[in-house]
Amino acid sequence: MSIEDLPPHGADRTGQPVLEVDELTVTFTRRGEQSTRAVDGVSFAVAPGETVGLVGESGCGKSVTSLAVMGLLPRRGVQVGGSVRFDGHELLGASDRTLRRLRGADMAMVFQDPLSSLNPTVPIGTQVTEVLLEHRDMSRKEAVDEATRLLDRVGIPDPARRLKEYPHQLSGGMRQRALIAMALACSPRLLIADEPTTALDVTIQAQILELLKELVVDTGTALVMITHDLGVVAGLCDRVHVMYAGRIIESADRHELFARPRQPYTGGLLASVPRLDGPRGAPLHPIRGSARDVIPWAQGCAFAPRCDNAQDDCLTEVSGSTVPLEYDGPGRELRCRHPLSYPSTPAGATASGAAR
Amino acid sequence: MTAVPAETPPADPLLRVEGLQVHFPIKRGLFVDRTVGHVRAVDGVDLSIERGSTYGLVGESGCGKSTLGRAVLRLVEPTAGRVVFDGTDVASLSGEPLRTIRRRMQMVFQDPLGSLDPRQNVESLLSEPLHAHGLGGGKQGIAERIRTLLDAVGLPSAALRRYPHEFSGGQRQRIGIARAIALEPDLLIADEPVSALDVSVQAQVVNLLEELQERLGLTYLVIAHDLAVVKHISDVVGVMYLGSLVEQAPSEVLYAEPLHPYSRALMSAVPVPDPVVEETRERILLAGDLPSPANPPSGCRFHTRCPWRQETRCDDEVPVLRELGPAHLVSCHWAEEIRDGVLRPRSAEEVAATMGVSVRPTGVGDIESDALVQGIDAPIERT
Repeated sequence: MSIEDLPPHGADRTGQPVLEVDELTVTFTRRGEQSTRAVDGVSFAVAPGETVGLVGESGCGKSVTSLAVMGLLPRRGVQVGGSVRFDGHELLGASDRTLRRLRGADMAMVFQDPLSSLNPTVPIGTQVTEVLLEHRDMSRKEAVDEATRLLDRVGIPDPARRLKEYPHQLSGGMRQRALIAMALACSPRLLIADEPTTALDVTIQAQILELLKELVVDTGTALVMITHDLGVVAGLCDRVHVMYAGRIIESADRHELFARPRQPYTGGLLASVPRLDGPRGAPLHPIRGSARDVIPWAQGCAFAPRCDNAQDDCLTEVSGSTVPLEYDGPGRELRCRHPLSYPSTPAGATASGAAR
Repeated sequence: MTAVPAETPPADPLLRVEGLQVHFPIKRGLFVDRTVGHVRAVDGVDLSIERGSTYGLVGESGCGKSTLGRAVLRLVEPTAGRVVFDGTDVASLSGEPLRTIRRRMQMVFQDPLGSLDPRQNVESLLSEPLHAHGLGGGKQGIAERIRTLLDAVGLPSAALRRYPHEFSGGQRQRIGIARAIALEPDLLIADEPVSALDVSVQAQVVNLLEELQERLGLTYLVIAHDLAVVKHISDVVGVMYLGSLVEQAPSEVLYAEPLHPYSRALMSAVPVPDPVVEETRERILLAGDLPSPANPPSGCRFHTRCPWRQETRCDDEVPVLRELGPAHLVSCHWAEEIRDGVLRPRSAEEVAATMGVSVRPTGVGDIESDALVQGIDAPIERT
């Protein structure tokens, strides 16, 4: 599968992608049970200053992808295949030492739940300075000064006092900021944000998103944004990959994707979200069924059981091959045999049958 | 308080909440629990819901919207105020009359798995309320009724023998809704009915709620933090901040022109799934976090984060809900000036700089505030 063309947008591009993920597969195995393939041949690349979004509903494999990239999956019971290259260096199978040197310094991650990803028994300051002491040759005093500066930069008021406080003393938004400050401590070249705003209120979410946006523009960090919120994607990401049942089913530039979704799933997602700027009383068009109603990719398109466009050849049995991710116009890729067509169909008019 | 006779004309609102307060005591002490203060979860809310309409209550976490919903059902005891349901003051009832009136007001909870007993199958879950209220007419009648209920919420009758864990999130929420409408209530309070569900399933449940309302003539109080969902299903929307209502208006009016600074910020913070809209619209970023409801700011509760704050009236004087348009209530001293563009907002950094970290006591007379008192809201230099 080809790595897609670099997007037209991006603040600071040197041409070489920071992160290249190629045919990544993650399989969870357990004795006595059938193995589960959570990620199934996912490929994408992120350039400096670019924001790439991985979008999908719960269980589509987006978080497992991010954990695999960071090398944070447990060794036992997990098989990771394919290739993950950071700056051209292969990360899969790299030694713990190499990974430990990279993580925190060159690549960092912001998790969804800030309370469970901070150590509750250690003050914030110690947790932020730990990264600095580990990766940047700093004395303790320098590290504390730097940590104060970092907390100030992410918008935590009175940072010197906050450094001495424990995670439970901070509010949710503040904890997430502290987590971002830790991730930014060594000016990483790659930041993976896994649902960074899902646990937060909308006004705080707006603050955090603004912060991430600034970061990408100012430092040219490559950002991978993992989210289920299409609104967040619309405002932040340059390029969007929509995932379903472990595979990328559509990727496109965000303007293209929102204006003309081609995969019926993407179209269905957009049609089922009520919009703040839409007229009141406009009916929602949900996708029927739930994310449980999938068939294995080997048997055909996993979305076929819920898809209104599905036809017989969506199944492998009929067409003789699985549905491939194919070139679909400049900068777009699509995994679908019966995509939505334009302009005959208006956006999102697909999922018409209201599911019962 | 005396109960108003039940035979009021149907033109009256189904539910009227007057000056409702719910305060939770904060207890300290090793041997003797001393009350050292109160969390003012709900602090004086008035609202009324017309029959057959949907009232949407929005606000951020900790603003007291869930507590308000629970206080209406007397799941938490109100500290003060009246909840008049169909002419009867619920807050003054107890024992059997309370139990009877609860049949007519039911609740749908946020977490469908947590609110369904994992050891009861669907049949038992749905027949329990009927048994409890002696309704349904015997074994045969109840079985018949349950089948109709399942049909109404779009579940197969094969679901009867199954347990909650065997269903997906959307289906569980359908069971929760079926249980709530089993007693044919008049008022349904839905506390975050879709926020635990995936996007594609959310729309199914929202459509189901709308369909049931149309068919059964239900009145809804929908509590949610998702403004887009609330806008979609509500006729009237109330915005809560720190325990009190800051704005209430018909849904279209509120979303077209929010007048309270907090509503404005809230609306502008919601991401819209359209890149073109996202790039052009302006965002009002708020400074800081929600203040503690145990120690709410003086005057207008929003003044610590408000980009339009004016010295010193906002700090000293509690604004009341005023009617600015037809059925459009706002509690802001400067709502007209803000609407007409007389006052300009300051950026979040400036608000943070003037307000500092903690909520300062009122009446601080430094140079910055002097400039503000003179009426011109000039930007303040950060030092």
